[in-house]
Amino acid sequence: MTPVLELRNITKRFPGVLANDHINLTLEEGEIHALLGENGAGKSTLMNILYGLYHPDEGEIYIRGQRTQINGPTDAIRQGIGMVHQHFMLVPVLTVTENVMLGNESVKGLVLDRKAVAARIREISQRHGLEVDPDVRVEDLSVGVRQRVEIIKVLYRNANILILDEPTAVLTPQEADDLFEILRSLRSQGVSIIFISHKLREVLALADRVTVIRRGRVVGETPTKDANQAMLAEMMVGRRVALTVQKPPAKPGEVVLAFKNLKVLDNLMHLAVNGASLEVRAGEIVGVAGVQGNGQTELVEALTGLRPVQDGTITIAGKDVTNASPRVITECGVAHIPEDRQEDGLVLPFPIHDNLVINTFYHPPFANGWVVNHEAIRQQAERLVQEFDVRTPSAAVPVATLSGGNQQKVIVAREMSRPIKLLIANQPTRGLDVGSIEYIHRRILEKRDQGVAVLLVSAELDEIMGLADRIAVMFKGKFTAVVDADEVSKEQVGLMMAGSSLEEALAHAPKPVSKEREIVT
Amino acid sequence: MAVTTAPAAALGAYAARRERRKAIAYGVFFLLVAAAIFVLFVRNSAPGMESTFKLNPATRERVIEVPDLVVPTRETLLVLAGLAGLLGVYQVVRGFRRVVLVLGLVALMFVAAFLVWAVRDKSINLLGIFTFAVAAATPIAFGAMSGVMCERSGVINIAIEGMMLTGAMMAVIVSSVTGQIWFGLLAAVLSAGVLGVFLAVMAIRFRVDQIIAGTAINIFALGITSFISQRFLQPIPALNSGGVFPKVAIPGLSQVPLIGPIFFNQTPIVYLLFLTVILIHFMLFYTRWGLRTRAVGEHPRAADTLGVNVFKIRYVNVIIGAMIAGIGGAYFTIGSVGRFDEAITAGKGFIGLAAMIFGRWTPFGGFGAALIFGFSDALQAKLQVLGKAQVPIPTEWLLILPYLITMIVLAGVVGRTVAPAADGKPYVKE
Repeated sequence: MTPVLELRNITKRFPGVLANDHINLTLEEGEIHALLGENGAGKSTLMNILYGLYHPDEGEIYIRGQRTQINGPTDAIRQGIGMVHQHFMLVPVLTVTENVMLGNESVKGLVLDRKAVAARIREISQRHGLEVDPDVRVEDLSVGVRQRVEIIKVLYRNANILILDEPTAVLTPQEADDLFEILRSLRSQGVSIIFISHKLREVLALADRVTVIRRGRVVGETPTKDANQAMLAEMMVGRRVALTVQKPPAKPGEVVLAFKNLKVLDNLMHLAVNGASLEVRAGEIVGVAGVQGNGQTELVEALTGLRPVQDGTITIAGKDVTNASPRVITECGVAHIPEDRQEDGLVLPFPIHDNLVINTFYHPPFANGWVVNHEAIRQQAERLVQEFDVRTPSAAVPVATLSGGNQQKVIVAREMSRPIKLLIANQPTRGLDVGSIEYIHRRILEKRDQGVAVLLVSAELDEIMGLADRIAVMFKGKFTAVVDADEVSKEQVGLMMAGSSLEEALAHAPKPVSKEREIVT
Repeated sequence: MAVTTAPAAALGAYAARRERRKAIAYGVFFLLVAAAIFVLFVRNSAPGMESTFKLNPATRERVIEVPDLVVPTRETLLVLAGLAGLLGVYQVVRGFRRVVLVLGLVALMFVAAFLVWAVRDKSINLLGIFTFAVAAATPIAFGAMSGVMCERSGVINIAIEGMMLTGAMMAVIVSSVTGQIWFGLLAAVLSAGVLGVFLAVMAIRFRVDQIIAGTAINIFALGITSFISQRFLQPIPALNSGGVFPKVAIPGLSQVPLIGPIFFNQTPIVYLLFLTVILIHFMLFYTRWGLRTRAVGEHPRAADTLGVNVFKIRYVNVIIGAMIAGIGGAYFTIGSVGRFDEAITAGKGFIGLAAMIFGRWTPFGGFGAALIFGFSDALQAKLQVLGKAQVPIPTEWLLILPYLITMIVLAGVVGRTVAPAADGKPYVKE
């Protein structure tokens, strides 16, 4: 049988980088084919070539055996290729109908035929279980529903090759499960799907076959029934990766961080944190689980002095630091790995060595009174780059030139290389690949075992389940439950993230079965 | 990262308290307006005075006559003050659900009170004020429409002023030379369109900062028109006498009492404005081109991934927008006075841009805002005619007052305005 789609020897060079190096890929009719690789491996580049957003330097594309040129999205759409981008390509102020028809509008004379399109959308949503109201504006929809709109957009154009770029990155576990159901149903109706991911577990659960890409090259292709996580991880990273952490039980000590009845406003002056209370002890990791936008960002900003507290108190190591300045809080021994590393964690144009002392530059040995000691700063940088395995030609290059994983290592090096009592880590591994995730997780655990209190905020439930000793579920600005990590299953936490109470979650979802901690999937 | 909706905790105690404070502030403001009407106007009028508003055109072509509106000055003012006061008390105690509408109403009552007081024991032709207001609003509204066209597709056009100025001059020159006033209008459209091409290429192709590109066009237009005006138009009258579009009464419609003389006994340029407003509204919200324009102005990459040509849409919109500004420019010369003077547009292009923002980037909103600005102009002109004894306020203050009221009303009624998300951001294809 001719494959639906075949890529042969696709090569794409960007200045200084070989993004795709003679890549071959075959997609059979009605299969879900996973494209697995670390960030920067070249997956998205390849798919953008297929969708006509980039032009390959070499190589050929065959669709149903026919050699094809794809010069732009219009060509791709005409060939039946549809793409759901990682960052949704939806216009928030337009309705679902308008977004779906954009670029392929039905008209009656001059006038847009919204009714006909809405009817088509209803029909598509019924056939595939993609429930959505065509007349609602996209800005009023949740992330999961927006993704459905993206899929409807593709189906509306009668695509039979569907590309999804990291589709679960923004979803809750339940939403991800719904998505998988939809994709399976599409497969059974003959749609061929390319599923881009760096999450091993998803790939194994969903895909029929998987192609692994590393540094722009295909390193292997296998049916998923013959694959397992360890094997895929090794192919992806190029060395053996520890998929589970050896985590000795925590030995909680004194309370280091305590906040009571905290109230914090967001940028729109709404109450984002609404009466949250929590204690974190020395030598334990407390994981804050929650769907994004339930106040986690504002909570962390308030704890680190970046956002005013309206009500409530924060104490760190017995000292009241409510509405204290970030410097005072830093001086209390607090390390902060911020959510947006490029915005809040680093000064991108500055060299690595300056970024490494950005919160200690005024202390000896980096400064004597007014004068900065550049030599001491450089020496410290040499040492930390070694110790924290930052891959860089030198510590003098601007931090902007590093990859995401190495940028994060610079932050980790800065925050962990000084004596600390409390580590606040917000999405510490977002967007990183397996190798870097493994590294950062190990460092966080190391700090815990040295007696540091750790507050870990993450949207990745796997990360929380794997690292945390206790889990605090944040919902609508409050902690709805604080439980020992061993007592709940992932499904139960997922339910609570969606608003269920602890009792409901414990009653309905499966109990925890395995004590094995998979943290890098 | 995709935006998730704000938690429902948003309406916590803090938010509620803040809403309440805001509501009380509105109420206090209404009470202050009531007090102002009382102190400024009621106390400065005597019992028995009457204010007369004429509601028929001054010229003789009227068909259906309407009786003049005569009101007792002091009593009317007392009623207006009392009403504003009642609204204020209710707002403080209970609070209106749609308080911005009430704010508009209160502001309107203040303007009415001011008028009633200003014409105590005299008369004023209210119809004349409105007719003049529509005429004065015309170039402003064309400016606003030009802005809507450009910014809806994501290109900021602050060069409207310069485009109008160029259009104004070219209209009078071509009209003078050819003797055909419609050719003058065409020249205005085309010359402004050329500036539009320039702005489009700078903004879209070369991705120059749009404010700077627009400012460059404005400075260029001011310089070149002033030069040509001094060098040729002032010394050679044959080049600077383009004639004026005559008023054309639309049969039937122009005879409707009140509305007819105000809207339907105007020059063709004014009718062109009405058509433009309706047409842009229709195009923007009901056609394929409009959907694509709005998408491109909000999220060009999304449009691009669906095969919409972002650059083409922007070029077309900016150039058409510039041409619309050109029509507005023609109004200054062949639409009203028939000759060109230096800087004749006097900042109306910028006011048009303000009207567009107040009108929330919608054609009808922009038109409405332009009408309010036009009314300010007309009111101030008429009040000056009444004389110092009647309105003992310095002319400069009279010039400010209507604008001030406009700002308050529009800031309140319109609230927070949101520009198209990609407005002013050049699009870079990956």
